[in-house]
Amino acid sequence: MTLLSLDHLTVQIGNLAILRDVSLKLARGEILGLVGESGSGKSMSALAVMGLLPDRARISGDIILGGVNLRHRSERQMCQLRGNDISMIFQEPMSALNPMMSIGDQVAETLMLHRKMPRSEARAIAREKLDRVGLRAPRFPLSLYPHELSGGQRQRVAIAMAIALHPKLLIADEPTTALDVTTQAEVLDLLRDLAREEGMALILITHDLAVVAGMADRVAVMQAGQIVETASTEPLFRTPRALYTQALLAASTHQPPPARRASAKPLLQVENATRTYPLPRPSAFAPHPELRAVDDVSFTIHAGESLGLVGESGCGKSTLTRAILGLDALQGGAIHLDGHPISPAIPSAQRANMQIVFQDPYGSFNPRQRVERLICEPFHLTGRPTDWRDRVAEALREVGLSPDDKTRFIHEFSGGQRQRIAIARALIIRPKLIVLDEAVSALDVQVRAQVLDLLSHLQATHDLAYLFISHDLSVVRAVTSRCLVMQAGKIVEEGPTEALFTAPQNPYTQSLIAATPRIPQHWKEPA
Amino acid sequence: MTVRERQRTLPVMRRYLFRRLIILLASLWVASGVIFLLVEGVPGDPASFMLGVNAAPDTLAALRAQMGLDQPFVWRYLHWLGGMLSGDFGTSFTYKTPVAGLIAARLAVSLPLAGIALFLSVALAVPMGLLAAARRGKVSDGAVMAGTQLGIAVPNFWFAMLLVLLLAVRWHWFPAGGFPGWSDPLMALRALTLPAIALALPQAAILTRVLRSALIETLGQDYIRTARAKGLSRARALTRHALRNALIPVLTILGLQFSFLLAGAIIIENVFYLPGLGRLIFQAITQRDLIVVESVVMVLVFAVIMVNFLTDLAYAAVDPRLRRRT
Repeated sequence: MTLLSLDHLTVQIGNLAILRDVSLKLARGEILGLVGESGSGKSMSALAVMGLLPDRARISGDIILGGVNLRHRSERQMCQLRGNDISMIFQEPMSALNPMMSIGDQVAETLMLHRKMPRSEARAIAREKLDRVGLRAPRFPLSLYPHELSGGQRQRVAIAMAIALHPKLLIADEPTTALDVTTQAEVLDLLRDLAREEGMALILITHDLAVVAGMADRVAVMQAGQIVETASTEPLFRTPRALYTQALLAASTHQPPPARRASAKPLLQVENATRTYPLPRPSAFAPHPELRAVDDVSFTIHAGESLGLVGESGCGKSTLTRAILGLDALQGGAIHLDGHPISPAIPSAQRANMQIVFQDPYGSFNPRQRVERLICEPFHLTGRPTDWRDRVAEALREVGLSPDDKTRFIHEFSGGQRQRIAIARALIIRPKLIVLDEAVSALDVQVRAQVLDLLSHLQATHDLAYLFISHDLSVVRAVTSRCLVMQAGKIVEEGPTEALFTAPQNPYTQSLIAATPRIPQHWKEPA
Repeated sequence: MTVRERQRTLPVMRRYLFRRLIILLASLWVASGVIFLLVEGVPGDPASFMLGVNAAPDTLAALRAQMGLDQPFVWRYLHWLGGMLSGDFGTSFTYKTPVAGLIAARLAVSLPLAGIALFLSVALAVPMGLLAAARRGKVSDGAVMAGTQLGIAVPNFWFAMLLVLLLAVRWHWFPAGGFPGWSDPLMALRALTLPAIALALPQAAILTRVLRSALIETLGQDYIRTARAKGLSRARALTRHALRNALIPVLTILGLQFSFLLAGAIIIENVFYLPGLGRLIFQAITQRDLIVVESVVMVLVFAVIMVNFLTDLAYAAVDPRLRRRT
């Protein structure tokens, strides 16, 4: 029985068509995966159902929920519907909750609003709902505030809020994208269980095909505001009909050409590196306890090698990276690059041997400088050579952009292009080591595949070593030859990537790999 | 809050308060030193000022001895500090009365005036800020923005004169100036109404703009979208979720405004002929009544620091994240 149907839904903002002729059906209790790259219209479709499109949006077509056309509903009626019949949770658990309101009150608010129940009664039900999503009573009192919870826990609060009134439809917009793999697996399990138990239909919006493979009954693929293919999950993965679906699938399992064998020459040597932070005193005169953010870590990167470093947020990856880059001093142990010790006091010429590419292609550039100036920035370490303009042009060509792009500003580029510019900036002083800190995590699968190919090509031509830091195990698996697993400041497992992924020894590594969503192997061969 | 939860937050709160209190006392002490140094270091001998240029040297010396001006600098500072701690601010050279009583009498005017003005400015700014933010880009928003622009641009004494002309001279609703004392509270309040309005208008205009922009920023946050997805109407999301989150910058401005209202009302006090702190310090400076200047400035510094302390407490009351930070 159909719960929701979108019928030739078209949305325009200004002259820009956001959604074009989108038609979709969803049965009661069904889980629909809505996949596509950023800007394909997934979130806009969801907001259209919620009636929360931006004010300027012009909409045509029908949205029918349980036999009622939502297009003809007034804003007041939509308010009664939202949180009651349809609920929605969002991508950013860190900012999706009101920081000034306790979690109990935030869950209770939905109940008080729609059921007009007194606060005490609403809080009692809020307690039940929080228990249901795994935030159980004595540890998680209603009086907690969002900042006292982790990302995964906050997402659970958002889910508790959304399911408080047994909605018929829950829309989850990238609910686990910002979470670690093990947390992601838990939250996805919770959503699946809730949908099954409460007979609630679920629209799961994601860019990650592997996530829908394990969750959805049916999948709709969106591209540029249109639905290009809808099918039951397994057939869609086995025999994708639309070209775009095929391209997406290929990109998500893309494997760049393998690196040449690394030389035996050690480039970066980390020996017993330890980095501690003082924690606040427990009482006025007690000594500061220490947090060992990086705890006795040792490893080596050889010239021309790709080393992966995986671990969940808070495991010490970033702290270790800062020490390797010579930004922070170590409290114990030593780091050598090419035989020279690394510390915050190293001479600029040695800093020039390593560069970094960050995750956020939007925040890591000065928006008021032209590309030319952005790219030649590392020259302040070595002094600008006389042929610097040629070097900029060459760097741009190497990353697949045009030398003419040098006079443009960063906002004129897409996310993937910006990441290429970041790579050009790292390349220009010809470093021996590039640290890639979640460098492809923010990119869509197709762009990601291209950037990974580019990195592999550059490695071969420049004999670069990469330290590839990521929480995304599938990417690390695809591009590195050796891999470290970090947990609570320590390296818990190290080995050749393929061996480590197929036969992990450490229980933590095993849990990480088990939690990683994947497309079942046998779906990859047509039935 | 259950008992257990209260136990969890209390020590943290107490430590927060304790630290703020230490900072408060240290600032007061440093301020007293700076004030004394500056005021006593200013050229111009109060004794010779009082006696005039033709004073005999021995009369002058006698007066200097009587005023304690022949004592060493540090001793005078400690004497002044010790006196203040026991409530003795010294005796005014010109008024020949204890400074403490002088200040108390003036505070009885300035403090209520500042309080009423602050209250009025908040009472005006909150609804206007909410309206402008809720209807951003619409006509009402434009009207509020134009009005507040005017409120900021026009000096408060001009408002004061306008109010006097209309409400006092033409319609006789309020007195045009003077202060009858607190023996009849109603009359006292009536005397303070016009100056309070004149003081409040520009402050309200600033506060409205701060609140509006803070609200607009908050309305773009993800949790507002969450609130709307829960079924809250625009208006409810604004008042229930956005307002509290927008309060921090408003509190900052409020703290600054209170200090200004207390000390910066000199012109308004002159327009309405009110015996307030502003006029006291103005007269004391022109007459080299150093002890009064020092004491009034000290009282003002104390008030500003207290207001900052209260603002800090208000931050913590509003924002749960700050309660845990220290």
